[in-house]
Amino acid sequence: MNTVLALSGVVIKELYRRKDFYVLFVLTAVITLVMGSVSFFHDAKIVRYVKEIALLLIWVSALVIAIGTTARQIPAERENRTIFPLLAKPVTRGQVILGKFAGCWLACGLALIVLYLFFGVVNGSREHHWPVLNYCQAMWLQWVMLGVVVAFVLLGSLIFASPSSNATISFIVVFGILLLGRYLNQVALQQPEPLRTVVYGLYFLIPHLEWYDVRDLVIYDHGLVAWLDCGLATLYAALYMAVFLLGAWLVFRRKALNQ
Amino acid sequence: MKKLGPYLILLVLLAACFSLATLLQERAAGWSKRGQSDNILKVLLGDGRRLFANHFFVQADVSFHGGYYPSLFDQANRPKDTSHLTAKEGEPAAEEHEKQMNFLGPPRDWIERFGRHFIITAHTHLEGNKEREILPWLKLSAELDPQKVETYTVAAYWLRNMGKVKEAERFLREGFLNNPDSYEILLELGRLYYENNHDPARARKIWDLALRRWSEQAAANKDPDLLTLDQIAGNLARLEEAEGNFARTIQLLELCKKASPHPEALQKQIDELNRKLAAPPPAAASGPR
Repeated sequence: MNTVLALSGVVIKELYRRKDFYVLFVLTAVITLVMGSVSFFHDAKIVRYVKEIALLLIWVSALVIAIGTTARQIPAERENRTIFPLLAKPVTRGQVILGKFAGCWLACGLALIVLYLFFGVVNGSREHHWPVLNYCQAMWLQWVMLGVVVAFVLLGSLIFASPSSNATISFIVVFGILLLGRYLNQVALQQPEPLRTVVYGLYFLIPHLEWYDVRDLVIYDHGLVAWLDCGLATLYAALYMAVFLLGAWLVFRRKALNQ
Repeated sequence: MKKLGPYLILLVLLAACFSLATLLQERAAGWSKRGQSDNILKVLLGDGRRLFANHFFVQADVSFHGGYYPSLFDQANRPKDTSHLTAKEGEPAAEEHEKQMNFLGPPRDWIERFGRHFIITAHTHLEGNKEREILPWLKLSAELDPQKVETYTVAAYWLRNMGKVKEAERFLREGFLNNPDSYEILLELGRLYYENNHDPARARKIWDLALRRWSEQAAANKDPDLLTLDQIAGNLARLEEAEGNFARTIQLLELCKKASPHPEALQKQIDELNRKLAAPPPAAASGPR
């Protein structure tokens, strides 16, 4: 466990040493503040469009951080040949996978805390009410979703040739699931057999990342998602994380590192 | 010859650039067909901005429904027009819309059933002055596509409802500048003068103009917009009746009859007015003592 935490600590340090997060945070903040300062029909009480834009930027930024950070972890270690001294220590390949995963996931969590803190302050200053629990729940669900994404990208980093191709494919898959995942069953039912079974099978196979997108509930001031459902969604995500991490370990276990 | 320093050359070049820019700026506008009215969005996006405008208009509708809205995959249930955005409860448009928005149906599998715990599943409309939340999207939509008439009418309706009459008037006038043939904008502008500014004379002029515009366009159109005709003529008829111009009211109600789904009710109203016209004025009936 200590080895895993030590490895994850390195990844977290990398996040705050690199400029990616700062650039994304500044972009999110500037766009949100500029949009928030626009006056529509001299009405200062209009607030939802700012929430909508800010949350969209938070989602995009978090995905860029998760995919960008994870995609380069193992390829960078191999390219710089730092993987050899790392594995020469009493560190197993499984621990490397777990450490990298934990580091990337925790780094995403830290980034989310900063982003949601900014969102809460901006929103609270305009709306004058603080639904902290709703924000915490939205952040938790987003973080859990990012866990699945990080595990998936980590597996991809061992399969695809370069970090850029892995990142591109991961972005397409994640955005595809977020936009279409919910409707694949409807699409399947409109197809002739055997395509219908294939698409329906795909619908059951993919991790339903769209569940974790509760932005609308926050934007339109709806209540909390039941905590039991929140817990079940977390369990569902944990299963997919386990599947992708196991897959990553199986690939990494037999992978030649000097190629 | 003394050698010029690089800083001096840079300074001279910058001065030349600045001077040229001041000379050419005015002429440059005339080089292309784009006039001064083209804003940066039009220059950047071209005709593609209409797609974005439509997206923002739909976003206003999504916002009006508090996030409960049919997706691309529920196309059949998407609202076909904008009447529901300004319809009051109990009106036929509102009832039809209520049926349309019942698009979710029973879940098809456990994934869909569980997924519904994380989305908005109740059909509601914004109320209690929260309708203001749709205005930024409508303003953006109008900026991107100034020819989208319903953007101006819907925004003005809600601005009037919120007591922002001046803003509504300004927005409608902006819309009318961009769409001088639009009878829909004139109808809404007339309502503003009649209902909010209590200025029947100005409202009459505006609605008369709306009626003229409608007639001009109806002559060239195979499928004229009878619903709007009904509203223009109906409003104008109410105004004329209140002013005591019964003959003109009857003319307008006859127009309404062509467009209305319930002409028999209008016929009763016409008969009533005809009786009033036929009856001698009260002063003449009593006679001089």
